[in-house]
Amino acid sequence: MDLVFKALADESRRLLLDRLRADNGQTLNQLCAGLPGMTRQAVSKHLAILEEANLIAAVKRGREKLHYLNPVPIHEIAERWIGKFERSRLDALSQLKQALERRDEQGDE
Amino acid sequence: MSKAMNKASHVYVTYIRSTPENVWRAITDPDLSARYWGHSNVSDWTVGASWEHRRTDAAGKPDLKGMVIESSAPRRLVISWAYPADVDAPARVSRVAFDIEPHKDDMVRLTVSHSELEAGGEMERGITQGWPFVLSSLKSFLETGKGLL
Repeated sequence: MDLVFKALADESRRLLLDRLRADNGQTLNQLCAGLPGMTRQAVSKHLAILEEANLIAAVKRGREKLHYLNPVPIHEIAERWIGKFERSRLDALSQLKQALERRDEQGDE
Repeated sequence: MSKAMNKASHVYVTYIRSTPENVWRAITDPDLSARYWGHSNVSDWTVGASWEHRRTDAAGKPDLKGMVIESSAPRRLVISWAYPADVDAPARVSRVAFDIEPHKDDMVRLTVSHSELEAGGEMERGITQGWPFVLSSLKSFLETGKGLL
């Protein structure tokens, strides 16, 4: 959990996560192209810290590495405090359920 | 590139203090999956078999359906994944791979790779909300005996 907070305590790293949220599965080159203010070396270093904190899942594809935003550790942190207040049926589940049910109703027509 | 045509992929990773066998069972056993996922995953999990993600009420209506594409217990499971109304519409059938690897002495690294999603579609919106919840709940279930339901 320390790693997650340390990784998030940096604006550039939060920006990288925003970029992946907008377009998941980017290579280092793609991320650098979208962030001209940051050197390739800096982007690479930030990605390593995010990966170490499990906030990014990196998948090798041929000679490339694709970076995916992994929000699971953030969900676990939220759950530690929010879950205690019986908010455990997070919007996540109810929204998924609603989407599925809406879908069903459409399918049944 | 993250996309071929207008397809999207997402990858989720969680570390669980458990064994690959128990993670595999939690994903593939109807009763166990119901306890942290809220739906029962039902199949015989052989390649070519169908699987269903069924509600836990008496009617047990499936909310998702697909086929088993790869099945190597307890390390790797690949299934197709679609709303029941879409199973015959290839463009709307996505794919989920579960990779279960031992990590350090007593941990498991579970990777869920959800690919071939219609970019911006309802399924993509649903799963990006759903997987972080499901994986957190699975971790809690295996480590403490209680899911987050």
